[in-house]
Amino acid sequence: MSVPAELKYTESHEWVKVEADGSVMVGITQHAQELLGDMVFVQLPDVGRTLAQREDCAVVESVKAASDIYAPLGGEVIAINTEVEASPEKINEDCYAAWLFRLKPANAGEISGLLDASGYQKLLDSEAH
Amino acid sequence: MLKTTPLNAAHRAMNAKMVDFGGWDMPLHYGSQLEEHHQIRRDAGMFDVSHMLTVDIRGENVRQFLRGLVANNVDKLTIPGKALYTCMLNPAGGIIDDLIIYYLSESWFRLVVNAGTADKDIDWITSQSRQLAPDLAITPRRDLAMIAVQGPNARSKVWSVITDSQAASENLKPFQSIVVGDYFIARTGYTGEDGFEITLPADQAADFWQKLHTAGVAPAGLGARDTLRLEAGMNLYGQDMDENINPLESGLAWTVDLKSERDFIGKQALLVQPINRQLAGLVLLDKGVLRSHQKVVTQQSSEGEITSGGFSPTLNQSIALARIPAEVAVGEQVHVVVRDKQLAAKVVKYPFVRNGQVLV
Repeated sequence: MSVPAELKYTESHEWVKVEADGSVMVGITQHAQELLGDMVFVQLPDVGRTLAQREDCAVVESVKAASDIYAPLGGEVIAINTEVEASPEKINEDCYAAWLFRLKPANAGEISGLLDASGYQKLLDSEAH
Repeated sequence: MLKTTPLNAAHRAMNAKMVDFGGWDMPLHYGSQLEEHHQIRRDAGMFDVSHMLTVDIRGENVRQFLRGLVANNVDKLTIPGKALYTCMLNPAGGIIDDLIIYYLSESWFRLVVNAGTADKDIDWITSQSRQLAPDLAITPRRDLAMIAVQGPNARSKVWSVITDSQAASENLKPFQSIVVGDYFIARTGYTGEDGFEITLPADQAADFWQKLHTAGVAPAGLGARDTLRLEAGMNLYGQDMDENINPLESGLAWTVDLKSERDFIGKQALLVQPINRQLAGLVLLDKGVLRSHQKVVTQQSSEGEITSGGFSPTLNQSIALARIPAEVAVGEQVHVVVRDKQLAAKVVKYPFVRNGQVLV
């Protein structure tokens, strides 16, 4: 299972990439993508919306099921990936390239509370048993 | 402990994603459910449907017993090998199961029932037989496997695998069957495409599966089976109907024979119950995915519910079967409550897709 070392993770299977400007990109992990199967619909938050940490703010739907996406950090939505909205299968093709939305964190301190790659891998291992 | 079919090891060898399907360890997909769906619409694919149960009923005058047992009329079965789709009802008109009955001879009829209802069905059929036809032998055939080969090229690929099967089966019409050696070959299916459902001894199933694969038949899982049958507008027991609903409100009036003098279990209830609801097709106009149990709001402000919803790979949009008030007409727009939104959908006559063609 692919768990890139440079990313941060949530227990609800989102990945978080911290950019040079302090903003963060959010997507779903390989584990989540595989569990859901072929993606057919993505609904993203409006740009400008302010999210609380762990607020449900987006939905990805596969042929199998709908899954809520939670904000890994509180902050303002500064961009959304309209390409993924138009072609949800991009998540299946490369879930770490197919980011969903970009946040400007309200409190950068929340980043340190996220799982690192080894912590997330441990979570996956424990869920597998 | 999950039940397994004779093909369990074959699925695992093909990297199937296995799931618990009503107590059976079954393949959901072998990589991509969407690709499996398209493969069957465009070429040929195969499903392991060995979890379904074949039940042989043998003895004198099986036909008379079945006349009273099921809602469709087995007197339509006049040519040996002919099949009939029917519901089996309780006295209140509720659907115990939907099944296919094959007429093989006057002393041998074969039933194929759903996996999840198999035990219940056997109990019900046996108890009815004890009262009405105690001499009949009712035999569940767990010694058999069943493989559905479906798609426009399905039949020719089967012929390339089963020696001498082409001459015997190429003139079969839909809903006809024939025995070829150890194989029971029926021109039936649950996808809206041409093809066969083939019943064979369990110990030969893995070898046959492998030969079909070598002949270019792709394995397909229950995920694709569900989207194919939904596009084909075919009901799924437990979702689109159950014991609390009758066939007249489930889009299955065409399978109920109320015209003949024949009495059958549930007939009296059907004759007196008002028909307030219908099973309708919906095509979503907005973006999103319809799912079962979502609420439908009509222009008349009445309500209904989606019984089966999903993404249609052929239409590339979401479709559904919904139980809605009988007065709603085809062409009307309704709204479906999806999370915090009301999405617009159009009421259509289904099937949505047949033989590769979009019909809505």
